[in-house]
Amino acid sequence: MATEPLADTTALQGPAGWDEEAARERVHGLGPWRLGLRRLRRNKVAIAFGILFVLLVLSCLAAPLWAKHVAHTTPEENHLSDTIVVDGKKTNVVGLDGVPIGPQYLKVDGEFFLGADPNGRDIMVRLLYGGRNSLMIGVAAALMTTILSVILGVIAGYFRGWSDTAIRSVLDILWSFPVVILGVALGVALALGGLQLGPITVAGDSLAVPIFIIGLVYIPYMARPVRGQVLSLREKEFVEAARAQGAGPLRIMFSEIVPNLASTVLVFFTLLIANAVLLEAALSFLGAGVRPPNPSWGTMIDDGVERIATAPHLTIVPGLMLVLTVLSLNVFGDGVRDALDPRAKVRLEH
Amino acid sequence: MGRFVVRRLLQMILVLFAVSVLTFLIFNVIPNSDPAVRMSGRQASESTIQAIRKEWGFNDPLWQQYLTTMKKVITGDLKSEFTQLPVGEEIKKGLPRTLSLAVGAALLWMFVAVCFGLYSAVKAGRFADRFLTIIALVGISMPVFWIGALMNYYLGFKLGWFPNGGYVEFTEDPIDWFYHLILPWTALAILFIGFYSRVLRSNVLDTINEDYVRTARAKGLGERQILIRHVLRNSMIPIITLWGLDFGAVLGGGAILTETVFDLQGVGQYAAEAIGQLDVPPVLAVTMFSAFFIVLLNAIVDILYAYLDPRIRLQ
Repeated sequence: MATEPLADTTALQGPAGWDEEAARERVHGLGPWRLGLRRLRRNKVAIAFGILFVLLVLSCLAAPLWAKHVAHTTPEENHLSDTIVVDGKKTNVVGLDGVPIGPQYLKVDGEFFLGADPNGRDIMVRLLYGGRNSLMIGVAAALMTTILSVILGVIAGYFRGWSDTAIRSVLDILWSFPVVILGVALGVALALGGLQLGPITVAGDSLAVPIFIIGLVYIPYMARPVRGQVLSLREKEFVEAARAQGAGPLRIMFSEIVPNLASTVLVFFTLLIANAVLLEAALSFLGAGVRPPNPSWGTMIDDGVERIATAPHLTIVPGLMLVLTVLSLNVFGDGVRDALDPRAKVRLEH
Repeated sequence: MGRFVVRRLLQMILVLFAVSVLTFLIFNVIPNSDPAVRMSGRQASESTIQAIRKEWGFNDPLWQQYLTTMKKVITGDLKSEFTQLPVGEEIKKGLPRTLSLAVGAALLWMFVAVCFGLYSAVKAGRFADRFLTIIALVGISMPVFWIGALMNYYLGFKLGWFPNGGYVEFTEDPIDWFYHLILPWTALAILFIGFYSRVLRSNVLDTINEDYVRTARAKGLGERQILIRHVLRNSMIPIITLWGLDFGAVLGGGAILTETVFDLQGVGQYAAEAIGQLDVPPVLAVTMFSAFFIVLLNAIVDILYAYLDPRIRLQ
């Protein structure tokens, strides 16, 4: 035995070979999450956009600070008849012809940083507060979609049979409506009077209405792929092993199947926020989403488009914020998907 | 094949029924307020509300209310409570405009997406691919009404290259019709180009490694012929399905935002104007109409597929 040729392994005997061996071992020892994180870290573009999203969220969270210490106003306060001193000249915030001033940047110590709207309200302040509403709706709606889709998808995929048929038919029916049209229909129906869900009453002008609508509309788009994944997971050996140990359906669903859905759920969640923010803007633009005077990026664009000929900044500014937010989420979500499972076909279809 | 068609059509009828019930529930049952008050618009007198309650039978049992509503929708008896114009007529008036928008945009986005997707897949991993991927992501991240409004303002109003919104009938002046629709087509197509080119890219990358592609290469076919005849043809199948469904959605009012921004006065804009007034009947009709359209197109696509691919019939 000792005379067995060592030619093949001698290459690995040197220090360089050891490193290689050690490196291979390190990769083997890592769990899927650590591996994914490592792959994600190598994707510089995705990381950069992820950071951009965090910065956007932080600046929107800091809205009260900017409003109080820099702009000295609130998102609803009108400055219709106020004047400010620009370059030593007194200027009306809203001109006599009804045209508001454009971006001043730091000329007035940060007041009207991005100009004013036709009511003389500070755009920068509204942009930040509006961003809070838009992002809050996006995140809350994505959360609602995710939770309900996972519950429905797991039940349908695990039990199959009649519960699968029932859930799938309901989802198919929801699927038959174009997203915007279904959102608009619910928006119009719920605008007056709001909603009564068991003990919870929601007023028609509350932000919970768009959250409910958007959260509902996207369920079929996520529940379907989740169900498909559960269908294949339930046939895996580890589920069989759990069943052999005497685990009941609830325990199998929650401690065996749901943890294995985590990467899909994470990717979907990111992309859902992006789509929810876009849909909020679309619904608000049509007058079926956030109700004034609550600012949101959608309502701001809606206000701006009417006056695009005289004050284009009213449209451009909130739109750019919206595009940056959605783009950063999309790029980051794409990166997360590639990192966690390069072969995954998880994507949100419209 | 005959049995498949019959089964698929029966299923379609069932879904149509379910869709109409859901629409009815959304408008008349789910909201926490008196449907007669909501139906009658913002400032309604007590007598109007009473009249509407009687007309729609809101005191009857639910199944009877459903029948009353459906009868109104189907017979075209539905009228806007705000303008008092019949809803069916208005939708019919808007349909050719929406159709013009949908057909042009669908052709445009399919053509550009195929070019982008194919090029991106051929150059996978290189600069051109990454650049196109970013462009596609920007495309799906832009709200169509925002980019539409900016195009309208800069290209239409400021530079004067294109008309500033509006629509001209095809029968009146085909060239002017085309000219007026260039911007709306582009704005609507951007979102779908981003989406389709990404799907096509990954499909092409999957197909390119298939055995029959290797065979084609082995027998000496040119790269271009392999790409177009063997790879592209097989990668297009899932996209064509999507195309049918998205076309149905756009036709059924899914282009509501584009139509509004460019003032095309189609079905979508009709709904959008009704939303502004919280005018329920037009929104109800457009919602039901668009879902019907999608269900119908879905069935047609399925039947076409079964015709093309016999395996589907047996499922």
